[in-house]
Amino acid sequence: MNWVWFHRLGSPPHFFRIAGRMIPWFAWLAAITGIAGLIGGLGLAPPDYQQGEGYRIIFVHVPAAVLSTTAYAVMASAAAVGLIWRMNVAHAVAASSAAVGAWFTFVALATGSLWGRPMWGTYWEWDPRLVSELVLLFLYLGYMGLRSAIDDTARADRASAVLALVGVINLPIIHYSVDWWNSLHQGHTLLKFGKASMPPSMLVPLLLMMLAFTLYFGAILLVRARGEILRRERNARWIGEAIGAGS
Amino acid sequence: MMHWLYMGGYWPYVWPSYLLTLFAVTLNIYLARRSLSAAKSEARRRAQAQRSEA
Repeated sequence: MNWVWFHRLGSPPHFFRIAGRMIPWFAWLAAITGIAGLIGGLGLAPPDYQQGEGYRIIFVHVPAAVLSTTAYAVMASAAAVGLIWRMNVAHAVAASSAAVGAWFTFVALATGSLWGRPMWGTYWEWDPRLVSELVLLFLYLGYMGLRSAIDDTARADRASAVLALVGVINLPIIHYSVDWWNSLHQGHTLLKFGKASMPPSMLVPLLLMMLAFTLYFGAILLVRARGEILRRERNARWIGEAIGAGS
Repeated sequence: MMHWLYMGGYWPYVWPSYLLTLFAVTLNIYLARRSLSAAKSEARRRAQAQRSEA
């Protein structure tokens, strides 16, 4: 397998340039799929036979929850790459992923809480899925707190990468919590026994919203990573050319 | 329109969920752009300082 692309991505000027080109694509595709998903979810999808119109919260709750774990997986993978190959760009990506992930973990918890009040009769329950998602929020906050507590960037990178990797154990716990324990939380939303657990009129808008959130995360991650690289490479020669070129 | 906004009586839960998500989406765009533009301004300032020193 040819790994040249991987090593080229590890070059800060190359990553900075490529990221700058990719951001508009991610952003526009996120906007288009997001608008289509909203029209489908809020307008075209029929009410649920049990939850009525209240189920429409899932069109933001599920994508936010998926994004919360995706962002952590990206953060931990980038941290591992940074730790193993000592790749500065990977650490920049890991650091950039944390804040977005933390925000959408909060959104997943809050929208889940707003859904729980009419459906379960309570805003919060000490349920395995909810608790493991709350632990994810604390992991993000711990990661960001640890980074900001250490002045030396290289040491902050290493310490926070170890924390990110330890926290990976929480991702399968979140995913399988509804199978492993008795949970109030409903089972897997998308697939049940290999088949879609909802009709296409609901499934398509949900998939569109999930795609929109993923593309949005990609755009935000790249914007943040570019800023992080500029700060880390502040004394490098290529910076003047890259900024001067208006990129 | 009112019927749609009413959301079958679930409006106090549905609309705050969407507003909170919109707020998080917008805030993250703003914070990311501000972070990048601050880094660019700092990089430009440094590049100018290096040029004037040379």
